[in-house]
Amino acid sequence: MDAILLITIVVGGTAVLSWPLGRYLRWAMDPLSLAGPAGRFDRLFRAFGGRLCAAQQDWKQYCSALLVFNVVMFTLAFGILGLQQWLPLNPDGKGALEGSLIFHTAASFTSNTNLQHYSGEVHMSYLSQLGALMWPQFVSAATGIAALTAMARGLPGRAQMGNFFVDLQRATFLVLLPLAALVALLMVLGGMPMTLQGAAKVMTLEGVEQIIARGPVAAFVAIKQLGTNGGGFFGPNSAHPLENPSFFTNVVSTVSILLIPMASVWMFGRIVGHLRHATVLFAVMLLLLLVKIGAAVVAESAPTPAFAGLPIAQDTGNLEGKELRFGAAAGPLWAVATTCTSNGSVNCMHDSLNPLTGLVPMVGMWLNATFGGVGVGMINMFLYVVLAVFVAGMMVGRTPEYLNRRIEMREVKLAVLAMFAHALFVLGGTALFAATAWGQGTLNNPGAHGFSEILYEFSSASANNGSGFEGLGDNTVPWNVATGLVMLLARYLPILLPLAIAGSLARKRASSASAGTLGVDTITFGGMLLATIVFLGALTFFPAAALGPVAEHLQFPK
Amino acid sequence: MSMILTSLRLAVITVLVCVPGYTALILGFAQLATPHTANGSLLTSADGEAVVGSHLLAQAFTQPRYFWPRPSAVGYHAAGAGGSNKSPTSTDVTDRAQQLVAAYGATSDQPLPADLAAASGSGLDPHVTERAALYQAARVAAARGRPRAEIERIVRGLAFAPGGFFAGERIVNVLELNRALER
Repeated sequence: MDAILLITIVVGGTAVLSWPLGRYLRWAMDPLSLAGPAGRFDRLFRAFGGRLCAAQQDWKQYCSALLVFNVVMFTLAFGILGLQQWLPLNPDGKGALEGSLIFHTAASFTSNTNLQHYSGEVHMSYLSQLGALMWPQFVSAATGIAALTAMARGLPGRAQMGNFFVDLQRATFLVLLPLAALVALLMVLGGMPMTLQGAAKVMTLEGVEQIIARGPVAAFVAIKQLGTNGGGFFGPNSAHPLENPSFFTNVVSTVSILLIPMASVWMFGRIVGHLRHATVLFAVMLLLLLVKIGAAVVAESAPTPAFAGLPIAQDTGNLEGKELRFGAAAGPLWAVATTCTSNGSVNCMHDSLNPLTGLVPMVGMWLNATFGGVGVGMINMFLYVVLAVFVAGMMVGRTPEYLNRRIEMREVKLAVLAMFAHALFVLGGTALFAATAWGQGTLNNPGAHGFSEILYEFSSASANNGSGFEGLGDNTVPWNVATGLVMLLARYLPILLPLAIAGSLARKRASSASAGTLGVDTITFGGMLLATIVFLGALTFFPAAALGPVAEHLQFPK
Repeated sequence: MSMILTSLRLAVITVLVCVPGYTALILGFAQLATPHTANGSLLTSADGEAVVGSHLLAQAFTQPRYFWPRPSAVGYHAAGAGGSNKSPTSTDVTDRAQQLVAAYGATSDQPLPADLAAASGSGLDPHVTERAALYQAARVAAARGRPRAEIERIVRGLAFAPGGFFAGERIVNVLELNRALER
């Protein structure tokens, strides 16, 4: 009962907050008028960026600018990580990182994934944490918001989609920075550390030495959550008491995970000028989110199978890998929220979830559009919309149209390509590593659960999520290279292809809506979209799910 | 080429604002408003001489005269934390649970509370449930030669519901509890 109430308040409250934030996002990212403060910011950002900020960009120029900036982001992060042993702000004397780990980490934070094959408090200097990891947490999230803004401008027919360099600054300075400062201050008040002092050495009550790693945690955690980044300051992420000290910080974190992905939908609706359509999309996403939360909470309340037959009181559900201060429902709620959005932070160890609970985060990453990453989640949903419109058009024998523009072969091909890429990366990667020593030699659990560890890792990389079944010994050259490449491809293809679709639609002549037009703001369309998502996801991923979590669940008699 | 220069320019500007600027703001606020927690919630011994631990982190307790925390997969290593990452179907989890059942002397009449058998996510969970602490009260009382009721009163006095109505199971901070025993 208390679990249902908590979930209702957290998810419902965030949904309510997302509405005004969506309005603000529209004002910040695509101001209707440049009078007043919007104009002053606009002039400031154009001055920061220089000559190239003056011109409007079509989809190709916008994508080029996005890619060039992201290459610079990658290079800078790579450089700081590679040189950390010689750079300042390293009070605990962290040493050099291995080459493939540097590549993997730079790719991971540039692509907004934050898959971590290192452990923060073991491997990273404070300068690496702040410069090579926290800075990309701002600008990679801003890249996603900018890309959605450009796509939303293109769909109603603006072939000139704005200017990436200006949009990047708007998202960073007007959206992420103020929100991060607010959340960081709440985290500080909630008891989170924020210091540049090195580790503390203490003598415990029983007279044993304990080294306590700490650092500038609060600043890092705020943007980690808000930007659907998810990379932890410490190895166990938000399960660590210094990264999530209390029930209060846990609730603030959960809200921060969902907030901007939800608001992105409203921003999209406002820019394309079709709020009712956005409402249908929001409702479909919310429904999927709630179904997954319900499934996870129920599956996780089952007792730990490993304790069967032992004198252990098991009315609290599965506690392996969980922390007590968050309450019973907080683990599964967070596990779903963090994988439905592409956040990837964790407050319990997903590897130790009950088998069927562990399937739910994987479903979140496979669909990757139940709110999804900041900006990019809505872009992924747009791909499903294109397919749903196309299939619905075929079913009733009419030319499929979306926002008064015809969806034709080219658009559908591009959308299918983006979908196919995700499936290929997840299933192809899993097959390769499950069949070879690259994967088999790195497992922490035998049998079906070991297969799940591999499957989860590639799902997380391809969904740009970043969570993991962390028992996997993934800091090896094959894992670093393979998931590093998957993260980069799976980040930029699903940004470039939808922008290409938007560019293609923007050039088409708008038809006027008639009685035969398929409305995208109806409950019928919502049902059609839901069916498209569920069937596509199930057909693609069900066999893999059956081999991993489902097989493990069935092995254990009740 | 000019895109590279523009990107570099924006990289420098965003780094300056988001790294030193933003960090300094939060750091300044934290060190002024909440210096104790901002530096890791470190606790000093009764005489104020030595630092004995962090209020937020579990430390190892093995002697019968202290309350014991939840199992840690990393041996309460606070500079390299982590969970067991074992599947809840794993025989490793069963083996560990059997050892703990023996160590606590649990029987089917007095089953061990599950949080004392399940490793925490960070390996540093500072809390146990109130019933897990009460479960240990007889041992602690015997080892200290104090009445059990008195020990149980200390436990109940320090236990709290972490989320009020929203997270009902009462928990207690083990280090805080053990420090209270010493007073």
